[in-house]
Amino acid sequence: MTPRRKRMVAVAAIVIGVGAATAVALQAFQENIMYFYSPSQVTAGEAPAERSFRLGGLVTSGSLQRTPGSIEINFTVTDNAETIPVKYSGLLPDLFREGQGVIAHGKLGTDGVFMADEVLAKHDENYMPPEVADTLHTPKTAGGAS
Amino acid sequence: MIPELGHFALILALLLAAAQGFFGIVGASRGNVAWMRAAQSAVTGQWVFLVLSFGALIYAFIQFDFSVRYVAMTSNSLLPLFYRIAAAWGGHEGSLLFWGLTLATWSVAVAVLSRNMPLPFKSRVLGVLGLVSVGFLMFTLFTSSPFTRLMPAAADGNDLNPLLQDPALAIHPPMLYIGYVGFAVAFAFACATLIEGRQDNDWARMARPWTLAAWLSLTIGITLGSWWAYYELGWGGYWFWDPVENASFMPWLMGTALIHSLAVTEKRGLFKSWTLLLAVGCFSLSLLGTFLVRSGVLVSVHAFATDPARGLFILAFLVAVIGGALALYTWRAPALKSEAGFELASREAFLLFNNALLVAATGLILLGTLYPLVMDAMELGKISVGPPYFGKAFLIPMVPLVLLMAVGMHAIWKRSRLGPVMHLLWILLGAAVALALFVTLVVYEEFHLMGLVGFTVGFWLLGSTLVEPIKRFGGWRTLPAGFWGMTAAHVGVALFAIGVTGVESYRIEKDISLGIGDSTVLEGYEFRFDGTKNVQGPNYRAVEGTVVITRDGKPVTTLHPQKRFYASGGNPMTEAGIHGRLRRDLFVALGEDLGAGKWSMRVQYKPLIRLIWLGALFMALGAAVSATDRRYRARSKVSAAVMTGHAAGEAAR
Repeated sequence: MTPRRKRMVAVAAIVIGVGAATAVALQAFQENIMYFYSPSQVTAGEAPAERSFRLGGLVTSGSLQRTPGSIEINFTVTDNAETIPVKYSGLLPDLFREGQGVIAHGKLGTDGVFMADEVLAKHDENYMPPEVADTLHTPKTAGGAS
Repeated sequence: MIPELGHFALILALLLAAAQGFFGIVGASRGNVAWMRAAQSAVTGQWVFLVLSFGALIYAFIQFDFSVRYVAMTSNSLLPLFYRIAAAWGGHEGSLLFWGLTLATWSVAVAVLSRNMPLPFKSRVLGVLGLVSVGFLMFTLFTSSPFTRLMPAAADGNDLNPLLQDPALAIHPPMLYIGYVGFAVAFAFACATLIEGRQDNDWARMARPWTLAAWLSLTIGITLGSWWAYYELGWGGYWFWDPVENASFMPWLMGTALIHSLAVTEKRGLFKSWTLLLAVGCFSLSLLGTFLVRSGVLVSVHAFATDPARGLFILAFLVAVIGGALALYTWRAPALKSEAGFELASREAFLLFNNALLVAATGLILLGTLYPLVMDAMELGKISVGPPYFGKAFLIPMVPLVLLMAVGMHAIWKRSRLGPVMHLLWILLGAAVALALFVTLVVYEEFHLMGLVGFTVGFWLLGSTLVEPIKRFGGWRTLPAGFWGMTAAHVGVALFAIGVTGVESYRIEKDISLGIGDSTVLEGYEFRFDGTKNVQGPNYRAVEGTVVITRDGKPVTTLHPQKRFYASGGNPMTEAGIHGRLRRDLFVALGEDLGAGKWSMRVQYKPLIRLIWLGALFMALGAAVSATDRRYRARSKVSAAVMTGHAAGEAAR
């Protein structure tokens, strides 16, 4: 091959490579975007049925249920307007508490139970995830427009 | 009284930083030697006052002065001395002051160690550093002074976040800051070069050891953070693609590109404007990291406070620095010429690919990190980008990068002459594939495509890196330190690649419920739970589990994972039990009491995970060795004379 041809082939290979890589990256990006929904939005049917999403709110006081000795746990997440039941199997984060903010990753089952594969609690006790804080229906605003 | 003195010292430091910026830059452009010398004195003064200021803060911590708001927020009468000192940079306000001190320390080092540098150039470098410092010190003074008093004084402090009460984490932030802030030096060199419109490559040679030192600290800081997350957070992961981790990783990647690009500019006078742009970009990403971490826009372990004024200030500062530098760049860079040509398989070309791929990796991470923030700001919905995106996207540029590295190291400057080496490299590639097949199929007994790819590139790179050192082993003394530094760093990359491949392809993770005497088996290791007991620490109490691990009936180890409750708050902490060996880690974290005599427990088998941190340490070692290269210390008489002449000419102008 002449040097000129060689260079053309190299440039073409780079262009194809970069194009393919961009396509794969965008595909991965598309697949891994996760939306956040509050219990009210889930009740209103806004959350997707097939895709994973993030559900956030407060762990309803007194909703924590577990069969003694089992790693599976049930609780409900509320935004002070609606509540959604959540089922999770695994270790809970250290800061998981009833009445505290929580974000769960997972899918909504056909029975309306959110099957969480990961549960995140806030990182310190003075801190509330902004997503959760924004969607909470605090007693003050719950009566008015929300 | 002492905190007020600290505050006053901080104000003086700000004034001196302003003087340093003004006299440094204006003095150089007017050729006023007295002003340029004044700028140098201002550097030392600023540093002294920042040391005093930070000393005052540490004193307040040692004395349990809970009338100082920041001390009351981040320490406690039960906190041991070591962590009281570490708490000085463990919160938002103190860490900013520490940042300012770090910048001043770098500036003093530049002032003292660059005796051979022409005076106008040096004073411009110091001037730019002074301006950056003004921004940071103003931020500290006006939005987040650590010396603010609390009226009335608190009876006791809030305690340092228990997550941070750990030796690795006590030094993780300082190392990270030293790295972040160190890129300011490369940035200042780039700005000074642009202001002067210099055409020579001296700046690259002068800036490279500083960049290596900054990169070295950043590498160690990130490694410590990863290591800490692994044993302290109780998840057993080493990297989470958390936005704040990304914030430290992006300048690192860009810094890696910069180190390589500087080498080309230094030796061949090529990529001039590209290298300058990288230096600007690298520091801009460091500032962006600060903005992300300190403004509270991110939800993370690292986000201390949510104060819109702070966020706004940093954003304005960020825009000023990046905007100013880019304006300077657009004004001056077109005049820069890189005349020499190079062929497709020359060392220059490989380093160009290296830069393109590293910048692409940075871009992909930046996309995933900023996209949710942009969407949120535009009220298009609250989204997050899951870690699987980063994992996949990062591999796309990294696999070709490592493959090109294995070949590129053997390329020569300017011309394509890979012939004889290529033969050997093909043989090594064959051996790497065979070894990778052996490891996946025989050692781990399971075929895994990415495992095969990862081990192959890792082994190939390792082999290729060691070719030259083995060939030249007899005459190793004659080889420059730069060569050995490169070798160590590239061995580090290979070890890192092998480690990540091992963990990602063959890790086993289980969350289970175990009663006393129950056991579970992972990869032939039997984990038996022998119950829990209560233990007492200096400022916490803990429930400690006993897990006996055996293999084929022979005892391996006994682990004691803990769940700690700190006296200052009901915030429990997981302290994992880990048995580490080079070829695998066994990890146990205690969950909670499930009732019926059972506990939830996280048990994991992590093959080769230690190679990840070991690899990173090799990279850091490589940077340290490279920075000691003779060409950065000794200067030939001729070039020294030229420099002095240049300086005199500049000064006279």
